[in-house]
Amino acid sequence: MNKIFSMSRKDVLTFVIFSAVVLLMPIWLQPFGAAYPDLMQKFAIFGILAIGFNVLFGLTGYLSFGHAAFLGVGSYTAVWTFKLFSMNPIPALILAVIMAGLFALAIGYVSLRRSGIYFSILTLAFAQMSYNLAYSVLTPITNGETGLQLELQDPRVIDSAFGSTSDGSLPVSNLFGLVDMNGIPGFYFCAVFLIIGFFITQRIFASPFGMMLRAIKSNQTRMNYTGFNTRPYTLTAFVISGMFAGLAGGLMAVTDPLAGAERMQWTASGEIVLMTILGGVGTLIGPVVGAWLIKYFENIFSSFNESVLHNLFAFLPDGVEKFVVEITSMFVGEGWHLTLGLIFMLVVTFLPGGMMEGFRRIGSLFNRDGGDKAKPNEKTPAPAPAE
Amino acid sequence: MTTENDNIVLHVADVHKTFGGLHALSDIDLQIEEGKTHAIIGPNGAGKSTLLNVVVGRLAPTRGAVVFDGQVLTGKQPHEINQVGVARVFQTPEIFPDLTVLQNVMIPALAKRDGSFTLNFMSSLADETEIRDEAIHMLEDVGMKASMDMLAGSLSRGDKRRMELAMCLMQHPRLLLLDEPTAGMSRHDTNTTIDLLKKIKERGMTKVIIEHDMHVVFSLADKISVLAGGRIIAEGTPEEVRNNPKVQEAYLGGAH
Amino acid sequence: MDAIFLQFLNGLDKGGAYALIALGLTLVFGTLGVVNFAHGALFMLGAFCAVTLRKLLTLEMVATDPEKVTAWGTPLEIRTPYVEAWFGDFGAFMVDFSVPFSILLAIPVMLVIGVVMERGLIKHFYRRPHAEQILVTFGLAIVLQEIIKHYFGANPIPQPMPSAVGGAADIGAALGMDPNVIVYPWWRLIYFAFSVVVIGAVFAFLQFTTFGMVVRAGMADRETVGLIGIDIDKRFTAMFGLAAIVAGMAGVMYTPLLPPDYHLGMDFLVLSFVVVVVGGMGSLPGAVAAGFLLGILQSLASMTEIKAIIPGIDQIIIYLVAVIILLVRPRGLLGRRGVMES
Repeated sequence: MNKIFSMSRKDVLTFVIFSAVVLLMPIWLQPFGAAYPDLMQKFAIFGILAIGFNVLFGLTGYLSFGHAAFLGVGSYTAVWTFKLFSMNPIPALILAVIMAGLFALAIGYVSLRRSGIYFSILTLAFAQMSYNLAYSVLTPITNGETGLQLELQDPRVIDSAFGSTSDGSLPVSNLFGLVDMNGIPGFYFCAVFLIIGFFITQRIFASPFGMMLRAIKSNQTRMNYTGFNTRPYTLTAFVISGMFAGLAGGLMAVTDPLAGAERMQWTASGEIVLMTILGGVGTLIGPVVGAWLIKYFENIFSSFNESVLHNLFAFLPDGVEKFVVEITSMFVGEGWHLTLGLIFMLVVTFLPGGMMEGFRRIGSLFNRDGGDKAKPNEKTPAPAPAE
Repeated sequence: MTTENDNIVLHVADVHKTFGGLHALSDIDLQIEEGKTHAIIGPNGAGKSTLLNVVVGRLAPTRGAVVFDGQVLTGKQPHEINQVGVARVFQTPEIFPDLTVLQNVMIPALAKRDGSFTLNFMSSLADETEIRDEAIHMLEDVGMKASMDMLAGSLSRGDKRRMELAMCLMQHPRLLLLDEPTAGMSRHDTNTTIDLLKKIKERGMTKVIIEHDMHVVFSLADKISVLAGGRIIAEGTPEEVRNNPKVQEAYLGGAH
Repeated sequence: MDAIFLQFLNGLDKGGAYALIALGLTLVFGTLGVVNFAHGALFMLGAFCAVTLRKLLTLEMVATDPEKVTAWGTPLEIRTPYVEAWFGDFGAFMVDFSVPFSILLAIPVMLVIGVVMERGLIKHFYRRPHAEQILVTFGLAIVLQEIIKHYFGANPIPQPMPSAVGGAADIGAALGMDPNVIVYPWWRLIYFAFSVVVIGAVFAFLQFTTFGMVVRAGMADRETVGLIGIDIDKRFTAMFGLAAIVAGMAGVMYTPLLPPDYHLGMDFLVLSFVVVVVGGMGSLPGAVAAGFLLGILQSLASMTEIKAIIPGIDQIIIYLVAVIILLVRPRGLLGRRGVMES
């Protein structure tokens, strides 16, 4: 066996189960009413975004508040590739990842000169700069508030060289003219990238490089006095996670060829952080679970409106019903963000380790009676895959 | 710079360090011989830690230079200084509390083998069997093999220091700097550490020890420099220093 | 030259707002050691105190005038705000001056909000990592702005300034230049003066009262102050309340300049953080100086002459300055060394 692909049995098992779960989504999501393509595409795309972010925040502890900028760069690049060259998603994605990587290299090179809150604010400043520029001077590239869209008169030089003709409607991204990138095929296309991305992160987690990143999070001074130049490590992690974000942005454009500046706003960066935290920072699966949960509940909660609520609470006496609907309506539909903010506060306050920590706690509750009072003395197993 | 004999590994040449107007170090000239254990003692505030920080590049000297094995260390980054073969044990243990003891000990060996940066994110830690075995062996040596899967942060203070020492030893440094390696340890732990350091000495590793504890100093040191008020007031073998009236006045007088 | 002077003036009011928010952020950070991402929301809540008061003051009673008839043949409706009906001219005066009056409402409201926020949430995060402080206050900021959105809608709600100061001052003429060249709205001038007064009051409070002295000592060395038996926590809670009041008042007075909407706080927060970092984390004079400096720089950058040279510079100048400062002088203009350099 090639040394590059040596994986522990546990890792292989995790990978196989993960892939199966992702690929079988159209089946097991049925009972949840979430098995429709648009939503599943989102699951895959935001999963990629979250695991990429986790490589930076989860492993090195550097909290970037500007990752949405790379998402935006990926989307713009992909749409431009569609406009100029071809509707084939492959070149669009390659260019999106490269561009996002270059941006991440430049921003990371500067931002990583500082750590802690200063790093967060530097990334935030860069993201806001990108956002403001996309809305103003860069309008020729970004098409400002309208957003960048496909047009009939786009050159698409490669496509026209292969003699594709326009039928008067806007083209759809397609894989070599065989499959259109929407609906279920679009989902599977994204899902494949999610699985590849998961594999790569799994490798990073199990590599010496991953251990170095954890060590940097744990004690940067010791790293330096141990002979490591930490900056290239953090920069690599930053660029990798930026490229994941670029890939996610590219896939957004593949499934829906439109790119807008609001994708780069810092609240969007906040959402990425949120997914990662909710699932469990620094764990392999957690961020993906976080992304899925948020996108799932966003979908459910946003679709609720007052009339749905009235139906839901119709069994209550009139006055009570009205009151209940009044209260609950704050949290659904337009108010979904309120729910999100509350969940976020609760998770950070009571469960900073996220869902994965929660599962572990519940698990340990069943394994040992009476919880973890014996913690200081117990031999804590390694969280890292050294074994 | 003065000429020196071939045995000198570390030469602290005419170093001055001022903070604002305060002279923390003046006219420090130290020559550390290969394979020897050199202790630096002195009362609190004598400038011992400042001197060590100058050597490892944490502080830049106002004047003078630090030369290690023919290379000027002054102005180098901490990781560069480590890569040329200088390792340091801190006064308060600097370890990786969120990693296991075994990982803590493996990391320095990777730094030694792979240099200050390698892009090895597609290889697997599980394949590093050689370094792993070496790390386990080292933990056996310091008597910590039993706790190798524990998180380092949950170790006792004494164990943290022993582990930090093991981390430095994994790199087989040419020069080991120890900043009060037994501070805050029980008598028993202190003795274990002394034995451990004696064992290292047999391997011919050069050591610079900063220490308060005279028991430790006189059991280990080949040569002692006494620092007071930022100057070296005496230097010599333990016997010479013990009998030096200046030292007795400045330092030992009150202590004994 | 005149144009530059005018832009300089234009930067003062915005700079005042930045300085007031940054001052509160720094107070909270310096005393409690907490990085508060919800501080912008306090500014926004202050602005909505003004909106609320105006809404209340302009509640109207509807009477019909039997004598007169509209073109449709229905009786003419006469709408009078209750306060005018009850208090006559004084009522009309209150409606006209609703924004300045809102300060009286904002002070108790913001104090309560601040204290509840600190006791209920922030307190539990003193000893937690800064990343978690950022995250939980970020969540809180979202919650607060969504609540406001629920009750006040998503659209900006313009607030008129009192008609007596609705005009503009011909500052150029007052300074002996040509008239009608440098004309500056009164309210902006008032805002600037207001911010200077509030900042001065906060500094005087910290400088000359025992309370302030204890707080300053606590900012310098919390442990020692705790050791000499002073209950520093209670004072820090009060400090948080004070920071909330300052942010709230800044928000109230800013409403005539910028119609408030629910995400006003977030917009100002990002900028204010940049201001704090530029001024130097933990330095009160730094926060104030950087606030005005960046406000003025932003205003200068939006001159057409400058935009012609570097397009889009007005959009990014503040962030650009922040990046440069952080790289060249990491502790900011007036910051102490090593604050939060983990």
